[in-house]
Amino acid sequence: MRSTSEAPITEPHPVQRAPRAAGRGDARVDPVRASSGALQIRSLSHAFGPLRVIERLDLDLSEGEVLGIVGPSGCGKSTLLELVGGLLAPQKGTIEVEGAASPAARLARCAYMPQRDLLLPWLAAIDNAGLALRNRGASRAEARRLAHPLFERFGLAGFERSRPAQLSGGMRQRIAFLRTLLAGKPVLLLDEPFASLDAITRAEMQEWLARALATEARTAILVTHDVEEALYLSDRVTVLSARPAVALTELAAPRPRALPRLDAVTSQGFTSARERALAALSGGTR
Amino acid sequence: MKRWLPPVAIVALLLGAWELAARLDVIADALKLEPFLVPAPSDIAQALWQDRELLLENTWVTLQEVLAGFALSVAAGVAFAVVLHLSPTLRRAFYPLLVASQTVPIVVLAPILVVWLGFGIGPKLAIIALICFFPVTVNTLDGLGAVDPDLMKMMRTLDASRWQTLRRIEAPTALPYLFSGAKIAVAIAVIGAVFGEWAGSSSGLGHLIQEASAQLQTDRTFAAVVVLSAIAITLFALLAALERRVAWWGPNGPRS
Repeated sequence: MRSTSEAPITEPHPVQRAPRAAGRGDARVDPVRASSGALQIRSLSHAFGPLRVIERLDLDLSEGEVLGIVGPSGCGKSTLLELVGGLLAPQKGTIEVEGAASPAARLARCAYMPQRDLLLPWLAAIDNAGLALRNRGASRAEARRLAHPLFERFGLAGFERSRPAQLSGGMRQRIAFLRTLLAGKPVLLLDEPFASLDAITRAEMQEWLARALATEARTAILVTHDVEEALYLSDRVTVLSARPAVALTELAAPRPRALPRLDAVTSQGFTSARERALAALSGGTR
Repeated sequence: MKRWLPPVAIVALLLGAWELAARLDVIADALKLEPFLVPAPSDIAQALWQDRELLLENTWVTLQEVLAGFALSVAAGVAFAVVLHLSPTLRRAFYPLLVASQTVPIVVLAPILVVWLGFGIGPKLAIIALICFFPVTVNTLDGLGAVDPDLMKMMRTLDASRWQTLRRIEAPTALPYLFSGAKIAVAIAVIGAVFGEWAGSSSGLGHLIQEASAQLQTDRTFAAVVVLSAIAITLFALLAALERRVAWWGPNGPRS
């Protein structure tokens, strides 16, 4: 677990989570905490009709850990996140987030950041970021007050009132990330967050996210097809096979997030981890 | 080139050709442009000026019908679209009926409505609302359904209730669609008012057209048509301007 000495201001607080979850049969699932981990997946299988997407997958994640998941395109990474986040119910196997297994309970505990920024063009940047706060009943002024410090902290100061159309791809992605953080959920599910960006912006954004994750200390799953990105941003990387996805190998990332990205990705430990990941990927592509 | 130049030039060109055809006996005879059948533009302009008080009086009557009927159709159309959007069952049940409602000729319906609602503004509003309702409902319904499915998923993970998703996502997405429907509606509302007045009334531009054409006062008839067109164009332009202000993220908004 990373240091939490720098208290994250977006720490999920009980008021934010409890009321909504209560109506969804949360209480029935919760009393016995099955594991101390943040996430536990056991022999998960999922298919869309005849298309088997995920097969007997096991995953564990402890609190505060960032797990990178890499795999070839179309291997079911996004489906996995939707299953974990409670947007889909698994056909076989179990998923527990903080010990809660029902899709509604997982929905209440996971914040999902989609591949595209999906910012609402009719809302200012700060109102986009505070969407979840508004949904939980905060007034617009209140939501802005809570979102404002994050704009300062994540290099977006001065852009609070900009419309999404006026912002660059990297900025839009940052706002999408703030929107995910402000959902106030303990687990972040990041689905290829930088796939739509150009190479330079992407590298910048990776450094930015590394810093953001370091200060926020959230449990997170980062799905990507970019091995380097996964190794740089995660504590641990799981390599998935092509469809149906099974876990091929698991690597401990050299945790280079404290370093500038260029130093990190050229370090000895990093390059050897990358080679092992790539070997696993090419061996596992059927 | 100025933006208004092309439409003005086309209209001027057409009017010039028309005037020429009506004035030159050779062309007028060949095309059977009798003054009682098709008056020259200058005759129409003259009628517009001479009958200005008569026209103004009746314009006010028709404008009231158009505005009230249009407002009614937008309110009813949006409400109906939201209900059909929220309930797939109701949507399946009512959609064919919605389309069928547009196939009933107004001339069949108008006398019935007059019998039911009397000779006042009632049947005119009903007729206008009936024909304007359709483009508003269909467009709004399409707009409400045009939301990116990923956005709907995202709203679920951001703890949105059904109502919040409707208000924060689906309604703003549908707004430019609503404007498209409303712009079609406002143009045909004018036709609806004319039909309504034909079915039974003692004033309004439709009534004036009916009366003038029965007395072969063709220039007055055409003058009333010009005013009707002007009403439609003005209302359309006002809606388009409003759209740019309040639904600027749609296809007709100014690019930022």
